[in-house]
Amino acid sequence: MFYIYCPYCGEHREEEEFHNHGQAHIERPADPDSCTDEEWGNYMFFRKSPKGLHHEIWDHVAGCRKFFNVTRDTVTYEIKEVYKMGEQPKVVAE
Amino acid sequence: MSDVKQEAATVAPTVAVMDQLPDASIQGQSPLFHADLATVAKNGPKTGGVTFKEEALMGQITLRLNAENAEQLKAAEKALGVALPTQPLTSVVKGEVSVRWMSPDEWLIVVPGLKAFEVESALHAELSGHYQVVNISGGWTIFKLSGANVVDVLKKSTIVDVHPSVFPVGKVVSTTFAKSSAIIRRSGESEFELVVRRSFSDYLWLWIQDASREFGLVVEA
Ligand SMILES: [Zn+2]
Repeated sequence: MFYIYCPYCGEHREEEEFHNHGQAHIERPADPDSCTDEEWGNYMFFRKSPKGLHHEIWDHVAGCRKFFNVTRDTVTYEIKEVYKMGEQPKVVAE
Repeated sequence: MSDVKQEAATVAPTVAVMDQLPDASIQGQSPLFHADLATVAKNGPKTGGVTFKEEALMGQITLRLNAENAEQLKAAEKALGVALPTQPLTSVVKGEVSVRWMSPDEWLIVVPGLKAFEVESALHAELSGHYQVVNISGGWTIFKLSGANVVDVLKKSTIVDVHPSVFPVGKVVSTTFAKSSAIIRRSGESEFELVVRRSFSDYLWLWIQDASREFGLVVEA
């Protein structure tokens, strides 16, 4: 169990109220029709699973139901930062 | 927040609204109708650490709009007679109307059941642009929990910290309650309001009876 800060509610709440939606900042190809199968496949199915810093989308599903981003260390589970949708991370892997 | 462009004000709104209330020939029944709380209240204990009351058949309206749009905020205030709380996790009460912050662009409005259609219509009349008003009265009911041991019952039931230093009167949170969900508002020092889903109301009523047993449960009708 750990606490997560919701940037919309403006306070820490129990992990149980949240849901992790995996890798953040996935950009949809601007022109899907011109994608190769490999490009489209990478966009649809392939996700990073780093050991260390990872940028993830979380959803405050039992609370305000807003999506936001989290930079988390997958080894220690430590949350380095939380930032709103549309914003960029300040903490990035070397 | 939204990609949707504000529609020109000249476009006439095409919103279908319906008065959901049946006429007097049909008896309105709350989700706890079967529990016959009036009889439970009459025959049950008159003193105890926790008091339970169902605020039955209230009107609930979900309102969504852009909180950065001053015009929409003004229109909502005009329709409701009270300004929307834009501070996260806060609520306002004025007369028969209470408004809860649910999300940066969403509020839950509670009014007497017979007023719901009137308030819903007033919101549609005042608001323009990209907004949403939905009468959700049938989907929810409201529990009032109070008494000297109300915090003890909440501590058994929800993961949210209800200590007055972090959960003052007026604060509202949407969270989990007994593995279900509830919108919890502190309506007094020792009084909380729970907005719960109608389909979970019987389960939560049973849960609250069990969780309150050691303190003594008084039922009001
Ligand atoms: Zn939140």
